[in-house]
Amino acid sequence: MMYKFWMSVYKEILLLRRDFGGLVILFVMPLVLIVTITLIQDSTFKSVTETKIPILLVDNDKGEIAKNVKENLIQSGTFELLTEIANKPITETSAKEAVFKGEYQLAIVIPERISSDLQLKINQNVENILSSFGMQDSVTMPKQQELSPKEVRLYFDPATQLTFKNGVKNAIDKMISQIENKSIYATFQDQLGETDEPLFEQENFISFKEIVPKVDDKEIVPNSVQHNVPAWTLFAIFFVVVPLSINVVKEKSQGTLVRLITNPVPYFIVILGKTATYLLICMIQFWLMVAVGVYFFPYLGLPVLEVEGTLLLMSIVAFFSGLAAIGFGILLGTIAKTQEQSAPFGATSVVILAAVGGVWVPVFAMPKVMQYVSHISPMNWGLNAFYDVLLRNGTILEILPEIILLLLFFLITIAIATVYDQKKRAV
Amino acid sequence: MQEAVIHISNLYKKYKDADDFSVDNLSLSIEKGEIFGLLGPNGAGKTTLISMLCGLVKPTSGTFSITGLTYDKSAMAIKKTIGVVPQEYALYPTLTARENLRYFGSMYGLGGKTLREKVDTSLEHLGLLKFADKQVETFSGGMKRRVNLIAGILHNPKVLFLDEPTVGVDVQSKNVIIDYLKELNANGTTIIYTSHHLTEAQDFCTHIAIIDRGKIYAQGTLETLISETPKAHNLEDVFISLTGKELRDDV
Ligand SMILES: Nc1ncnc2c1ncn2[C@@H]1O[C@H](COP(=O)(O)OP(=O)(O)OP(=O)(O)O)[C@@H](O)[C@H]1O
Ligand SMILES: [Mg+2]
Repeated sequence: MMYKFWMSVYKEILLLRRDFGGLVILFVMPLVLIVTITLIQDSTFKSVTETKIPILLVDNDKGEIAKNVKENLIQSGTFELLTEIANKPITETSAKEAVFKGEYQLAIVIPERISSDLQLKINQNVENILSSFGMQDSVTMPKQQELSPKEVRLYFDPATQLTFKNGVKNAIDKMISQIENKSIYATFQDQLGETDEPLFEQENFISFKEIVPKVDDKEIVPNSVQHNVPAWTLFAIFFVVVPLSINVVKEKSQGTLVRLITNPVPYFIVILGKTATYLLICMIQFWLMVAVGVYFFPYLGLPVLEVEGTLLLMSIVAFFSGLAAIGFGILLGTIAKTQEQSAPFGATSVVILAAVGGVWVPVFAMPKVMQYVSHISPMNWGLNAFYDVLLRNGTILEILPEIILLLLFFLITIAIATVYDQKKRAV
Repeated sequence: MQEAVIHISNLYKKYKDADDFSVDNLSLSIEKGEIFGLLGPNGAGKTTLISMLCGLVKPTSGTFSITGLTYDKSAMAIKKTIGVVPQEYALYPTLTARENLRYFGSMYGLGGKTLREKVDTSLEHLGLLKFADKQVETFSGGMKRRVNLIAGILHNPKVLFLDEPTVGVDVQSKNVIIDYLKELNANGTTIIYTSHHLTEAQDFCTHIAIIDRGKIYAQGTLETLISETPKAHNLEDVFISLTGKELRDDV
């Protein structure tokens, strides 16, 4: 039995050696992919953290609110505020044009009289409230002016990432409500008495502090390398679905499956031969990717991938991710009737699973719904396990749930493939 | 009385999406040492019958035994005893002839020197030793047929099933194949084979069954078939008189 297994592995290796295109897909493409993607993402990553993003500010208000927004934005350290382009003050129209052309990521337009109108509105409200308490001296109310609601307009470059958009929107929203609150307190104070002592504390009662996990006082946030190496390794590992499903389909179309069924060898030995061979490929892919991260990235000016003490655990994650990928490939190859079915479907489904699983855009940067959906992708399980090991100093216990999921995925896909195959053959 | 190597009784096969039975209440005995020819027009049910005997397709009902064994109880034992040469080539195109044969030989548990020698002598016997290390996809139809044949006989099977082993090959290849099969038979292999080539079957087979629409219309030695059919002088006369002249384009 062992002999037949090893001979099956040997056969698969021979078949792969003759399949130049397949080898390129398996080994060269992932390497090219990881280097390009990491380079691209590293520069955007840097541009976000190191260089300031220039944004346009059109201040039609010239009042308290505009001043506040400006101060806050400058304080955040992320933005460089521009109020003129080429020595000409920006108008809403020119700002809009520049942004939609993609020259700037964002323009903020603060409308006319927003500060004074806000103050007016608050005054009215406070007066109303106080009068209803009977604290207002005058019996006749002054006729109240009608005020239209004001909007701060944000123009985004259509190509801007959603996450950046949402971040900016929330920040500005927060600023404005803070300003509003402060003004309300101040107005109450004005109306209630002339004491110099502040009646209301103007400091925020509740404030937020972002708590980031730290190791040795360094923040743990994946850098581009720590995200990309595991993410694209998983992508590469799952890409074995394409050559493997083709391999399984070919066994059928070449008639070799018919021969194997008439041979005195249980079919699972043949499947096991494929599993072992492609698992070996997955591991080689993984080690190659890690080697690129450790030895090659520094030459490109990218951060080095630190793998000291984590290589074994990472290899375990790669191993089980490989199993999951192989199960999927064998299932796909079993169900597909032709290569024309299995190859495009395999490639597309891997890309979708990668996108859903957080290979392209990390899960934490996804919209809420997609964050839940991401859990269905085996690549997400693998990625989480890699993060556990690389970023959270996880031990085998922390990655156990993900590993069990990956193993289950393998077992279930293989079981479905076997049942499907038997059903179909009992024609 | 010789021992029956294959014993089939009341065998039926109806494919799931088919309207008719492809094998219809078929009973048959094949004795040790026979070269048994299953002859019939396209769609007669030859491949279906052989596929059931090789364990590729499950019968709808009925039973059969091979060297006294059944697939229900001893599938592995049957598979070790039989050799199969499918109608379609069943080889890895990118592997060489030698690699293909060593792999399939190893699936029968053969290995080491025994396997290497068996592969080489068989290749030599069928005139392929020169091409042993060439990829099968570069082979001509006749060469592929011969490799396909060797892949089924490496383990010296007691019973050999061949589905149209000479289809699409030239006369030279065909003669090499037929001679080789005769030699195997002389060494004790029982051969069951299907064909459209009536003259080939006439020369080659010891026993013949004419099958059409899943049923056996006549069987016996060539002489009995001819003598039992009125006005028949050769196998073709028997065949036409039993299966009719109309074309079988509807399959
Ligand atoms: N997988 C299948 N599903 C449904 N019907 C089938 C299937 N295989 C064969 N048949 C039908 O069963 C009948 C017998 O087919 P079979 O292939 O056994 O004929 P054959 O005698 O081998 O013909 P040929 O000489 O063309 O090889 C035909 O009517 C065919 O259409
Ligand atoms: Mg046939």
